[in-house]
Amino acid sequence: MSLAAHDVRVVLEGRTILSDIGLTLERGHFVGLVGPNGAGKTTLLRILAALVAPRQGRVTLDGHALSGMSRDARARRIAALFQGAGIGWPMTVREIVALGRLPHRRAFAGLSGADEAAIARAMARTDIGHLADRTEPTLSSGERMRALLARALAVGAEWLLADEPVTALDPAHQLDAMALLRAVSRDGAGVVAVLHDLALAARFCDRIVVLAGGRLVADGRPEDALTDALLARVFGVTVERACAADGTRYILPWGRSGSLEDSDDAIT
Amino acid sequence: MNAPVTTLAPSAARRLGTMRARRVVIALLALIVLALMLASVAIGYAPVDVPAAAADLVAGRTTLPALVLWELRVPRALLGGLVGFSLGLTGAAMQGYLRNPLADPGILGISSAAALGAVIVFYGGLAASLSLALPLGGIAGAGVAALLLNALAARGSSTLGLILAGIGLSSLAGALTALALNLSPNPYAALEIVFWLMGSLSDRSLDHVLLCLPLMLVGWGLMLSIAPALDALTLGEDTAASLGVGLVSVRVRLVTGAALAVGSGVAVSGAIGFVGLVVPHLMRPLVGARPGANLLPSGLAGAVLVLAADLGVRLLATRPELKLGVVTALVGAPFLIALLLRNRGGRA
Repeated sequence: MSLAAHDVRVVLEGRTILSDIGLTLERGHFVGLVGPNGAGKTTLLRILAALVAPRQGRVTLDGHALSGMSRDARARRIAALFQGAGIGWPMTVREIVALGRLPHRRAFAGLSGADEAAIARAMARTDIGHLADRTEPTLSSGERMRALLARALAVGAEWLLADEPVTALDPAHQLDAMALLRAVSRDGAGVVAVLHDLALAARFCDRIVVLAGGRLVADGRPEDALTDALLARVFGVTVERACAADGTRYILPWGRSGSLEDSDDAIT
Repeated sequence: MNAPVTTLAPSAARRLGTMRARRVVIALLALIVLALMLASVAIGYAPVDVPAAAADLVAGRTTLPALVLWELRVPRALLGGLVGFSLGLTGAAMQGYLRNPLADPGILGISSAAALGAVIVFYGGLAASLSLALPLGGIAGAGVAALLLNALAARGSSTLGLILAGIGLSSLAGALTALALNLSPNPYAALEIVFWLMGSLSDRSLDHVLLCLPLMLVGWGLMLSIAPALDALTLGEDTAASLGVGLVSVRVRLVTGAALAVGSGVAVSGAIGFVGLVVPHLMRPLVGARPGANLLPSGLAGAVLVLAADLGVRLLATRPELKLGVVTALVGAPFLIALLLRNRGGRA
């Protein structure tokens, strides 16, 4: 029940993007992938979804190499959410969500009863039933994100990999999305999300994986991974730590530590 | 659990409605194509008693009306449908794949390369010695273009790389065509080439139909097979790949399918512009924006447009006859301008 990268090294267009990545992820956990811009977070996500092949090392799902699985079999087990490309045509929300069933469908076949049920479940879960017939250009950012998330959930995969699922959302929708991702992991799926908001990541994730300069620099429970020393060294920030009224501990990036290893320019 | 079911029920019903609407649109278009083909057989310059000629044909009597029907009218009607379907289908597939509503079947340079192939045959004087030399040259041109593009696509080049290669190929083929015209030994040969390039379905034979039909059928099959992939690509290449779409395989099927369908179409009819660009836009309001759902209707609507334009050419008895490509461009260009203006208005 694990998705693992073994000694992975990725070289794209002559540049080393990731090196020495060893990571074993378990289902049932919500993992936050954090790091400064250009650290290789999205590339790691693409490696785990088998969208790019590592130059060296391998990625396994329950011990079997991802590269040895058929595309459809892989797609049924690992769902990925990328928002960068947007939605190219004014399709209805329901049509977008239905795309998640493609790996389950046979050529030229329509939607089966199981497909319909999975689509309805995903739309109910993200609360977009009322948007079913709306088309892309009329959706707000929050609605669009929920539609795309429903698309990914409709796959019904064991793994959900999400690239910056809460970026560009207002605070209410950020909280909703994070709670939803955590709920999905509680239902037994493995959830991995690239996150920029350290406060949200520390609060909602079970485990934090920190990347910097293409290497894994910390990995553990939020309070263990996001130490003051690491935050200063990797992110160049100091944080305020406190306890919310409900007893939850939280962190808040507060100031520049001034010792940032210029990673923005060096790596992007 | 109750709430989602009740909120989803009406949308499911509406969706069933759009699916039914799509089937109705497809059935209606197919009927119109049939009707236009029959009209195309019935209408021509020489008055022919079509039922009598058909009876002669069936009975095996080689009368003049039967010959006109079989050698001229039937091929023209069939080619109109085949070429139109190819242009409409390829236009919809290109727009869907490139996620660009301004893409047309010729965007990857296949049409220009096919035209160049035919022009080279013209120029070499082969056309006079063998009636099918011209279309064969066109098909060879499209084949070379497809090989180049596929070599690029199989190397995993980006979509942008494919478009740029197409634009390069298109300009190169255009330049070489101009060179052939420039060096043309006499003005009449140049005029003949120019006229041929304008696109026409007149004086084609059943041999032309038999030459392009199998190529087109394979091309259509390849392009229809990428319908689900086109839907998935609406969310970008990464998401499509995560849904099990083989990006290289889709590119190769698209390029090969377009080369077979449009290449053989240009080879038999010359360049007929704007059909493939315009038709998907006409279909989207009727069948929805999902690119995969737009393929078949666009093909049928392309056939309707080309058959109608070809009927118009014959009914408008001008001297010399208007070229088909000229008519489709005259109708298509204002539509394109309207489309651009509306898009700009929509964004402002």
